[in-house]
Amino acid sequence: MKKSNELHKRIPLLATVSPVTIWLILLVAAPLIYVFFLSFLSTDGYNVVYRFTLSNYTELLNPTYLEIYSNSFILALFTTLACILFGYPFAYSMARAAKKKKTIMMLLLMVPFWTNSLIRLNGWKTLLGKTGALNSLLLHLGLIDQPLEILYTRGAVILGMVYILFPYMVLPLFASIDKLDMSLLEASNDLGANKVKTFLYLTFPLTAPGIFSGTILVFIPSLGYFFVSDIMGGAKTQLIGNLIENQFKAANNWPLGAAFSMLLIAIIIIMVTVYKKAGGDMKDLGVL
Amino acid sequence: MSRKKKTNGKLFTSIYNFLIYIFLYLPIGVVILFSFNTSKRNIVFENFTLRWYRELFTNQPLLEAYGNTLIVGLSSTIIATVIGTLASYGMSKYKFKGKNIIDILLYIPVVIPEIVLGISLLAIFNLSRIPMGLISLIIAHGTFCIPFVVFTVNARLAGFDRSVEEAAMDLGAGRIKTFFTVTLPIILPGVISGAFLSFTLSIDDIIISFFTTGPGSNTFPLKVMELTKTGITPDVYALSTIVLIVTITLVMVSQRDSKDSKYKKMKSENL
Repeated sequence: MKKSNELHKRIPLLATVSPVTIWLILLVAAPLIYVFFLSFLSTDGYNVVYRFTLSNYTELLNPTYLEIYSNSFILALFTTLACILFGYPFAYSMARAAKKKKTIMMLLLMVPFWTNSLIRLNGWKTLLGKTGALNSLLLHLGLIDQPLEILYTRGAVILGMVYILFPYMVLPLFASIDKLDMSLLEASNDLGANKVKTFLYLTFPLTAPGIFSGTILVFIPSLGYFFVSDIMGGAKTQLIGNLIENQFKAANNWPLGAAFSMLLIAIIIIMVTVYKKAGGDMKDLGVL
Repeated sequence: MSRKKKTNGKLFTSIYNFLIYIFLYLPIGVVILFSFNTSKRNIVFENFTLRWYRELFTNQPLLEAYGNTLIVGLSSTIIATVIGTLASYGMSKYKFKGKNIIDILLYIPVVIPEIVLGISLLAIFNLSRIPMGLISLIIAHGTFCIPFVVFTVNARLAGFDRSVEEAAMDLGAGRIKTFFTVTLPIILPGVISGAFLSFTLSIDDIIISFFTTGPGSNTFPLKVMELTKTGITPDVYALSTIVLIVTITLVMVSQRDSKDSKYKKMKSENL
């Protein structure tokens, strides 16, 4: 009797939490654990062979790949810095705007999302090409006498990354600036601190969590967005994402692709640990 | 003096934000412009034509891909919204063992690069012999949408007064009745924005779809990816333009409605 009562009490809990638990275990935890094991397996050039090996990890240290890692990092770093630099003033003015204006600014930021990112990147391609609008304009103004090679450079890839990831930086920044207590800034002003000082000692430290969350939401994806480097950089600029994609598609070496994925997961674990140590809240990463 | 400084600052801010929006909308402008271009190659604008808007409806593979995108988007949104709303409700109401593990698992799809989630889903589908196609796409999209629904509903539940539920139960409503008549209407805005976010993420997804699709179930973004190798045709731009106009119209309508309800809510709160 007592037992059935206990069970009866638990029904609402089971009904609400079981579906998500089962789903996450089967489709998030299990796949990642499987990929971890996969990274220690071999291949016969066509199929996965269940034989333990560390060769995928020694392969990761191959000098040809090291250049791709450093390239990925430089791109991710510049992308993140550009997003912070351009996103901060924008997020600041959005947080300070009147309520109605805030909504409109937010909507205008989100509307581009509904045109597929590949199509928008192709729009950039049309603008930046040798006979594109930008080169024509510059030639017309006499600022250059030869069309510039903008496409298929590292700069073009960074532009594409910043373009796609900009909102992911602005939203957490906006959330943290929006929470800022204005009276603190006024107090600092009353006590004679100038604007620069107030920003350095108050605004910046208080909104640092937003910068951290934005960094996680921009830096990590930019290591994997292989389609951006494909479109904007051609075959010249390879990212870690391109390596993984290649092993799972064309090269058909899943265990090696799994090892590359483990490398990315290691980077994320380090970044998230640092983020939490610095007092970052995981909740802030869910603000989209 | 200070007033002059203030207006200068305001002007500078406006110009700055305007430039940011130019950056965001410039390629969309190109897409709209070139959907009316007579030339098939999207390099130079030659002359105005409506031809692509007509030809679009004869491009069967493209329309089919767009149909698949909508099917996957709607199905995964419904799954994620139901599972995510229930989870958020249960996790905020009950204490149980292993709650923090579910929390961690929920954050994984948010912080992990899409490519890692994509290949791990591909690997597990392959291992468990799940056929690759619309079903695998819907499961994969549901997986990355669930966390976002949970987070948006959580935010709504954070300011939710539980005593209202207790009152309903005291008055004799059962658990299920209480949920549907009391709780759900209060958290509905969170549920709707979670569903909306899911749908947005699903229809724009490239990387996860790229790994979890099967032969014969192309989505619109994957179709575009195929075309980028040979060159995107203007009918794709025409389709994008139509979709953009439809979404902007929908947003304007919903904005107007929500403004009305917000105003009513503000009035009732002030009473």
